[in-house]
Amino acid sequence: MKKPGEFYQRNRALHPPALTPGYKTSMGRSPRYSLISLQNSISEITGPVFGPADIDPGDNDLLSNYAQPGESPIGERIILHGRVMDENARPVPNTLVEVWQANAGGRYRHRNDGYLAPIDPNFGGCGRTLSDETGYFYFRTVKPGAYPWRNHVNNWRPAHIHVSVFGTGFVQRLITQCYFEGDPLIPHCPIVQTIPDPDAIEQLVARLDLNATIPLDTIAYKFDIVLRGRRSTLFENKLEGN
Amino acid sequence: MPQSLSYLRETASQTAGPYVHIGLSPGAAGFDIYRRELGHDICGPNARGERIRVEGVVIDGMNAPVKDVMLEIWQANAEGHYAHPEGGGPVEEGFRGWGRVISDFKTGEWGFDTVKPGPTPGRNIGRQAPYLNFWLVARGINIGLHTRMYFEDEAAANARDPVLNLIEWENRRATLIARRDDSGAVPVYRFDIRLQGEGETVFFDL
Repeated sequence: MKKPGEFYQRNRALHPPALTPGYKTSMGRSPRYSLISLQNSISEITGPVFGPADIDPGDNDLLSNYAQPGESPIGERIILHGRVMDENARPVPNTLVEVWQANAGGRYRHRNDGYLAPIDPNFGGCGRTLSDETGYFYFRTVKPGAYPWRNHVNNWRPAHIHVSVFGTGFVQRLITQCYFEGDPLIPHCPIVQTIPDPDAIEQLVARLDLNATIPLDTIAYKFDIVLRGRRSTLFENKLEGN
Repeated sequence: MPQSLSYLRETASQTAGPYVHIGLSPGAAGFDIYRRELGHDICGPNARGERIRVEGVVIDGMNAPVKDVMLEIWQANAEGHYAHPEGGGPVEEGFRGWGRVISDFKTGEWGFDTVKPGPTPGRNIGRQAPYLNFWLVARGINIGLHTRMYFEDEAAANARDPVLNLIEWENRRATLIARRDDSGAVPVYRFDIRLQGEGETVFFDL
């Protein structure tokens, strides 16, 4: 019988490094010394556990979770769906997936966002859900708008949805951004381009999924998320003990 | 060509950005949407052990406070158990051991209440000194930073701790040790995190 062991070492080559001069804010917020590499102890193979009591069923519907009764936000109605898997291609069930985004005009409902596009009174811009037994999750929302940001004076963020995922161990913790197929701003974005690996960028681009639309109602994009996988230990290599 | 391996590749990280609060702590962003926000109560009402407060500020390479940081805490209870199927043993009802902490937008100061964790098993031999796991995200941080907070008043255990001892530069170990202040009703540990420059905090690749 194989026992679950440590998580695979993170492949740092497909993640952005800390220091990325094209994204100016990283200059002062990036450690200069090397990270100290640790093997997993009990605090790395464990992580917080969430259940249905933590959230409400409608939390994953951004079309309704902040709208006045009978109203809905302005914008292109979309389903964002996919699976949370690990590097072994196994589903990651019952894991918390949280999202946040700008509205269709590119404005965030946040006290610090002063962009001139208007707040949508029927759109909060956040949602959360638990993946099911097969790792599957879905949200209903509007497609976010592109917006300008201060980096260089003419930088525009491609349409994107921020995604936060837990997994089963705290070392799987991940925050990323989901982009949309065909967006011409993707190759121009300094934040996207912090990622050195072109395939890793492609993996952040949700694909139009016509089979998952609701005809005459809502279009769909598919966004799968891969978290770090775990070793199966054939031979006991004690993780803990005295 | 040899056979191919069928592993998937981990999804790449992207910065949490300046508006992380909308998704993970909407009250801080300025609106009320969920019945209950997650991560406000780390240890619950039934946790045994010493009640403590932890406070600090995250400081950037220009020596300025980071005012839009989000920290997550992951910790064992006073018996050294994590609230997880592989966590080493049972925990008190209501103890999750996980929390989310938002810095003040004006000052960068943050703080949270919890219980002091117990020592946990080491990988091979001995026990690890008590510590809190921290994970930081913010605008300008491309991939979340992992660090640990140890306790000043655990000097003997800290001196034996296998992870602290793995840090080759002894002077850098001090960046992970919070100072204890007993002048108030509850002990307060001060843990400032320096992202870059003089006194840069030790961060881990886990």
